[in-house]
Amino acid sequence: MSSEVTELTAADAAGRVRGGELSAAELFAAWRERAAGDSLNAYLWLADEAPGEIAAEGPLGGVPLAVKDLFCTEGIPSAAGSRILEGYRPPYTATVVERLTQAGAPTLGKTNMDEFAMGSSNENSGFGPVKNPWDESRVPGGSSGGSAAAVAAGLAPWAIGTDTGGSIRQPAALCGIVGLKPTYGACSRYGMIAFASSLDQAGPLTRDVTDCALLFGQMIGRDPRDSTSLAFPEELTLPTAERLDGLRFGVPPELSGEGIEPGVREVFDQTLARIEELGGQVVDVALPHSNEGISAYYLIAPAEASANLARFDGVRYGARAGDGDLLSMYEETREQGFGDEVKRRILIGTYALSSGYYDALYGRALRVRTKIAQDFRAAFERVDLIVTPTSPTVAFGLGERTDDPLAMYLSDFCTVPMPLAGIPAISIPGGMSEGLPVGVQLAGPAFSEGRILDAAFALETAIGFDGSAARDA
Amino acid sequence: MPEAVAERAYEPVIGLEIHVQLSTRTKMFCGCALSFGEEPNTRTCPVCLGLPGTLPVVNAEAVHYGLMIGMALGCEPAPRSIFHRKNYFYPDLPKGYQVSQYDVPLARDGRLGDIRIHRVHLEEDAAKLVHAGASGRIHSAEASVVDFNRGGTPLVEIVTEPDVRSAAQAAKWLRLLRVTLRSLGVSDVNMDEGSLRCDANVSLRPAGQTTLGTKAELKNMNSFRFLERGIDAELARQEAILREGGSVVQETLHYDTRTGAISSLRSKEEAHDYRYFPEPDLVPVAPTEEMLERARSALPELPAERAERLERDFGLALDAATLLAFRTELGDFFETTVQAGGENADARAIANWVTGELTANLGDADPGESKVEPAALARLVAMVADGAVAGSAAKEVLSALVAEGGDPERIVEKEGLGRADAGELSGIVERAMSEQADAVQKVREGNDKAIGAIMGVVMRETKGRADGGEVQRLIRERL
Repeated sequence: MSSEVTELTAADAAGRVRGGELSAAELFAAWRERAAGDSLNAYLWLADEAPGEIAAEGPLGGVPLAVKDLFCTEGIPSAAGSRILEGYRPPYTATVVERLTQAGAPTLGKTNMDEFAMGSSNENSGFGPVKNPWDESRVPGGSSGGSAAAVAAGLAPWAIGTDTGGSIRQPAALCGIVGLKPTYGACSRYGMIAFASSLDQAGPLTRDVTDCALLFGQMIGRDPRDSTSLAFPEELTLPTAERLDGLRFGVPPELSGEGIEPGVREVFDQTLARIEELGGQVVDVALPHSNEGISAYYLIAPAEASANLARFDGVRYGARAGDGDLLSMYEETREQGFGDEVKRRILIGTYALSSGYYDALYGRALRVRTKIAQDFRAAFERVDLIVTPTSPTVAFGLGERTDDPLAMYLSDFCTVPMPLAGIPAISIPGGMSEGLPVGVQLAGPAFSEGRILDAAFALETAIGFDGSAARDA
Repeated sequence: MPEAVAERAYEPVIGLEIHVQLSTRTKMFCGCALSFGEEPNTRTCPVCLGLPGTLPVVNAEAVHYGLMIGMALGCEPAPRSIFHRKNYFYPDLPKGYQVSQYDVPLARDGRLGDIRIHRVHLEEDAAKLVHAGASGRIHSAEASVVDFNRGGTPLVEIVTEPDVRSAAQAAKWLRLLRVTLRSLGVSDVNMDEGSLRCDANVSLRPAGQTTLGTKAELKNMNSFRFLERGIDAELARQEAILREGGSVVQETLHYDTRTGAISSLRSKEEAHDYRYFPEPDLVPVAPTEEMLERARSALPELPAERAERLERDFGLALDAATLLAFRTELGDFFETTVQAGGENADARAIANWVTGELTANLGDADPGESKVEPAALARLVAMVADGAVAGSAAKEVLSALVAEGGDPERIVEKEGLGRADAGELSGIVERAMSEQADAVQKVREGNDKAIGAIMGVVMRETKGRADGGEVQRLIRERL
């Protein structure tokens, strides 16, 4: 029976539990069994058993949830993929996780990730890389690589991750699933171990668009503990659109031309054709400053990270090293606790904020960020949605880019402009290239998630992507 | 040494930076109650401990208090002020940065008394480090522990323009600031306990020069006395350097209140690069018209204004008006007493009694809480003016009022403190003159001062009920 219920989408399983056809405890046990067979290193922690109480009557119907290790969960290890927090069990739970638990999605496990969400391949995890279920010699993408791989491989019905520069969308694309980065402020950041506070957003990683909409609908809302969170301005319903009539889709040449590998471009072109078949209109739209997105992102995010990660000093929690002297405690704790990429970004960020460099680096990056946001505003006066490839390439080989940080940074090329502008974007599977999934990205204005999910649903239906091969492995 | 340098006069230029702990119910960015000497680490939560994933939320009451302070100091509140992160590593700073306002403070450009205010901004206090070991300082400590109870307490920082010209002026002005803040009810403003802290930026320049000299920042002056001594010591140190043809180095200095010694904490080269940047976890503070109005209407009459009014409306001397205005409870008792005295009340006499004899009896206690009714004091002062009771007897009446309360007429009657009349006095005067024959002789020979000895006897005999002027007249009649 277990293999049968785990083949259901989360929304279908929730429907059966709510309809009394399936018990939440059995469903949890079935998923627990699937997850225990994780050979991808997707999980860092797995629940021993179902929690005593599951809010099965809630909208999420008791369907268990894989939670990125970045979210604090009370009494459960929450290390953000870092050795410096190994064994750390927070005394409180992140708002988003709390909301989802109350809505009927108990935590199944904590998923692997790039350390402090810094990475595009999951190879920066302090606990070993995650393998891509489509090809275990390849990366699943990052930083929410564990969540994406778990959902793609059928080790979890659905998952949450976080996206700062593409950390939900890019692994979703590389693993052939759906990933949504919401509007900045739509979901509370309280309890998310911060990487870059002005960019970080929680979001769903799911098997299909319906699951995505169902999960997302329970994540949103103002949280008095997060001053930057906002009430979602409209009611969200599950998507039903079959056509795209009347919708204008803008294709920015800056994010879909140079640097996109041919196989990805091919799937992208097929997707544009589908959009037109469904009655949508495809037009070119310029995002002239988006080419500077990577440069701006790799100053702003490290600058914020350099401050956010200062608290890991060995004084209060997590690892402590050194010989008892204050300076040696700071230096040894951070030297031993942080991985190379985290150290690299702390250095970049510290430098960007330093007296004498601030204006030329951080200040300039902020001005570029404003320009990028203006580009999007202008574009959305002409089009309803913007469509691009999610990742310039399909999943690359483990170890292929680890010695070349710049090549790794370019993996985020198509996904970085949206968080800089604070706008939502989804990645859905568009097709296959070289036997690997290719993601297509739809972005819209702030709080247009309803429109994005509707369009994604219509496209998904038309594309008919089959991800079962990754689950059968 | 050139003659000119040796003789040159130097002008001190001093600016003050004051930290005020606000007496809000909860901390600046979380819901923890403020701590008043509880067990260490019992007033903490994930937010003020800086645990991973936590976020700050601005305390609305702290903004309200900050706006009140800004307005009381005549500042313009900013339509949108923003918080920054001030980055540095120290164990008392759990996030590795302090959330503080930087280039857009809550309020700016005001004035209190003779000193202009540069800015008023909000920030959070650090936790408290306790060092085990003989020195009590971190460098030689055997172990150090952190008490996070104080961490996150709301602070307002007030920065003056460099308008202060002497240590005495600094201390005097800081007293005005303290009494002003106290009247707002926004802080305990206690220097011993650290709820009011003052640093001074001290420099010297040749008299007449308008550009500023190099300043040194003097820290840790935890009383008015030490503020004055510390600044004087630093001015002397700088003057000695300049007179020897040297130049002052920009640095941060520690004033040792025990030895009076000044030592360098860090030089300009060692100064931290705080890498300030806008705090992305907070939105700007944009006070609504409603918030501004609430702050405005919460402002009481400020001490400086009250001193002026007391001087103007009651004809009080500046000293008395200032004392009454700065000790709010004395001022309140004074005004109630004048009112109780009705149309003919002598406000200046009442002020003398309140600031003199009453304060001598009560010390720091609030007369409003004492047994002395304002109406009783008003009648006593009137009785003295009418001659019904002599001055020294009236002091006894007041002591009785302080001890027992009640009615001055009844006390006078019961204790027999009414003024001795001429009939009663003449016998006493005659006895005193015969007892003090030597003194009588001296007065007759022109030593007028000797009359005091005779009067002393009369006063002793009448227990102070006699009017001095009348006694003199009676003695002279009999010489």
